[in-house]
Amino acid sequence: MAAFYLAPTTFVKAFAIDNVVPTPIPKEKLAITLNGKLLNLEVDARITILNLLREELNFTGTKKGCEMGQCGACTIHINGKRTKSCMQLAVANQNNSITTIEGLQQSEQLHPMQAAFLKHDAFQCGYCTSGQIMSAVACVREGQAKSRDAIKAYMDTNICRCGAYQNIVDAIEEVAKTGAKI
Amino acid sequence: MKTNHVNTFFWEDERVDGVDKVTGKAKYTAEHNLPNLAYAVFVTSNIAKGSIKNLDVSKALAMPGVLDVIYYANCPAVPGYNSNAADRPKNVSEWRGHKVLYDNKIRFFGQPIALIVADSLENANAAIRFVKPEYEQESFETNFDKARLNEANLKGAINYKRGADVTKPIAASVNAEFNIPIEVHNPMELQATIAYWEAEDKVLLYDKTQGPKSTQNIVARTFGLPEKNVRVIAENVGGAFGSSLRSWSNVPAACIAAKKINRPVKLVLTRPQMFSLIGYRPQSWQKVNIAADAEGNFLSINHEAISNTSRYEDFREGIVDVSKFLYASENVTTKYSLLPLDLSTPIWMRGPGEATGCFALESAIDELSYQLKMDPIALRIKNFTAINPENKLPFSDNNLKACYDYGKEKIGWKNRPTAPGTLKENGWLIGYGMSVGVFGAGKGSASVRIVLSNDGKLLLECAVSDMGPGTTTAMTRIAAETMQMPIGKIKFKLGDSDLPPGPSQGGSGTTSTVGSAVDLACKTVQTKLKEMAIQFAPNFAGYTVDALEVKNEMVSVKNDATKSIELVALFKLANQEKIDLTIASNGKTAEQLKFTSNSFSSHFVKLAVNPKDGTIKVLQVVTTGDSGKIISPKTARSQMLGGVVGGIGMALTEKLEIDHTTGRIQNASFAEYHVPHHKDVPATEAWFVNKPDMNMNDIGAKGIGEIALIGFAAAIANAVYNATGKRVRDLPITPEKLGFKSAKA
Repeated sequence: MAAFYLAPTTFVKAFAIDNVVPTPIPKEKLAITLNGKLLNLEVDARITILNLLREELNFTGTKKGCEMGQCGACTIHINGKRTKSCMQLAVANQNNSITTIEGLQQSEQLHPMQAAFLKHDAFQCGYCTSGQIMSAVACVREGQAKSRDAIKAYMDTNICRCGAYQNIVDAIEEVAKTGAKI
Repeated sequence: MKTNHVNTFFWEDERVDGVDKVTGKAKYTAEHNLPNLAYAVFVTSNIAKGSIKNLDVSKALAMPGVLDVIYYANCPAVPGYNSNAADRPKNVSEWRGHKVLYDNKIRFFGQPIALIVADSLENANAAIRFVKPEYEQESFETNFDKARLNEANLKGAINYKRGADVTKPIAASVNAEFNIPIEVHNPMELQATIAYWEAEDKVLLYDKTQGPKSTQNIVARTFGLPEKNVRVIAENVGGAFGSSLRSWSNVPAACIAAKKINRPVKLVLTRPQMFSLIGYRPQSWQKVNIAADAEGNFLSINHEAISNTSRYEDFREGIVDVSKFLYASENVTTKYSLLPLDLSTPIWMRGPGEATGCFALESAIDELSYQLKMDPIALRIKNFTAINPENKLPFSDNNLKACYDYGKEKIGWKNRPTAPGTLKENGWLIGYGMSVGVFGAGKGSASVRIVLSNDGKLLLECAVSDMGPGTTTAMTRIAAETMQMPIGKIKFKLGDSDLPPGPSQGGSGTTSTVGSAVDLACKTVQTKLKEMAIQFAPNFAGYTVDALEVKNEMVSVKNDATKSIELVALFKLANQEKIDLTIASNGKTAEQLKFTSNSFSSHFVKLAVNPKDGTIKVLQVVTTGDSGKIISPKTARSQMLGGVVGGIGMALTEKLEIDHTTGRIQNASFAEYHVPHHKDVPATEAWFVNKPDMNMNDIGAKGIGEIALIGFAAAIANAVYNATGKRVRDLPITPEKLGFKSAKA
């Protein structure tokens, strides 16, 4: 791989953009399960899961904060594992199961983590909240919520510019302490 | 008669829009997907100054899905761009519109030079690299530290002087310089606009703005439309901290593109563009000189400042103002100048001006306390003033002493070493520091529509926006308290310029201004209800309005529980569907103007410094606020906690880095511009005096947002000095500035 990134100038030149001929981008077939529902889609090969959710499927609960994998606002679960959706090409997720904030509630009732965020006022503007909650749920499910320091370490991937960090940790700690399966 | 729901209005304390936010249902600007929507992206300059000789857009235009590439040569005429100079003051505060795509000049690195519009975001992004600019470069200056040394580069100096030169003996004095780098707001939501021309002369905007009315006004002026033909919706705002207080290039660009291609257009800035296209806290240099007598009385304060602006607009904030009034000193001089650089224009960032000024003033007072061998809190109390020495008016209220008492106790101030660098815990040096923050508390005009329906539900509407502090919640609570009815029956609608006019959300003024209008509207409705009862309800004939009260969703005779009627029943009797009024509330009354009003804060910090490498760990924070009555305890506390987090960033981690050989921002991402994360934030307690300031407005509440952050950086710097004996006057306080041997740069 290193050889590719350190390719000599001549190699790069062969791919210089001046020589690219504009051609329409064919759509790719994609089967995914979104919040328990199987979807058979045709998608742009370049689209990320994040943009697919927000721009094509109108699932706007997942937020765009940086598109560089640095802020965590777009955190979702793919096959149960927390993942930054801006870093995932949709077509690389063939047959994968995706859970977004919209799929967290199992009933009319708020998911325990959503209820705890509400109770502890673990947000202000609410823009990072979906990502924080998806990370928080993974934190508890993966057994990473054994102490406040452990919670902070796990959640360090998710930025909150309003500064609700302490309340977020309070919420996660409370949910973790119940010991309930979430 | 039901009397069992007394005081139920108060127990619900969650955010009224909280469920929408934790479920992902709350829609932010870029999330409104209109039919036939097109996507726009900016192409930006990669030189800092000069002009575009030629811009080849042909290849980009030929890319799949590209609908248009708009740049100076093909941009349709924008009426507001050509209006005369009188309508375009150079001062940002007066004209908040931002011109884009109108000429070939480059004014800063990263300036938009073209707008690609395509049928998908992927197609738009793919075309960016095919836009080929040829530049004529000019020499430029982005180096503040270098440029400020040449007096000829400065402009617009404002001087202030009160009193005279000090003749009394000076026992101690501090004369120190302070530097704060550019800091960037970086709200989590990206700046965004969706523009849709519903008719040739009528445009609908979804826009991330702190002021729907302000954006409406700017768009109307820019595109030569009557205001009523511009509708701006900003239902939820994902943080802003000042960055959405003016319309940036994204607003006119989206409007231009939507009109040109006759489709709705969505334009969302990228995170790197959030560093250059939506303002920032300007870089500043300050010099503070305080002289005191042997008892610690301030004999004089001199405060000088320079902050940067762009070449094309003047941006100024109140950096030195705090030195004029926070402490008793007869002799004060200030001077504040601007330094234009080849950068984009700054904008207010949380605690604008005062956050900068308080870092210098509050650090200098701490320095002075060591010289005087006085406790820094005692020194502040010594110079406390109940009268604003600048305008000679009494403060409507000033409870800083109560803040000191609480903070001191809770942080464990008694453990603070009087000699710096002498306390250690687990091998780390321990220090305690405190500081004060202050911000003006205003009350402006706002209108509120109030509708009480015959089903007992109350609707309030105002064209203000809520960037996160919880305005919707606070307004609902004010209405609940004035009307004495349950929160669940009240809805406060905001974020739409079609609603009655309200202010931009900034300067910690929303609760006071809009809250006063809500209170007045509710009181007006109560009077109407009493009149209705007197006219229609059998038991009430002959009573005067003053003899009645409205509470628990009933009109009652005061002190006579037997005579009351439920509102729903009253509407039925009166055969009336609703009360529907629009009430205007104005600025301060003559009585309120006899006072000067401010919110105050005092921050207390305990931190540890690793003597091996200078690593700073904030261990504990107690932050106290004096902002009148606390309307919504839960959200108010969150604002204070958030101010601490912002303050930790300002003090320890945040700095925009510019490469002065190219003018390029080097750290335009969250990986390289460090905002505080979970692990940076210590156990924090927020406390309020919570004493209604009835000299200020009828609801007794003042703002919180700014004072939560103002002064905080100084508390950290003062604690670092207390821990190490090293005074750092240049933010951020990074380990290498402490000069420990193995510290890495």
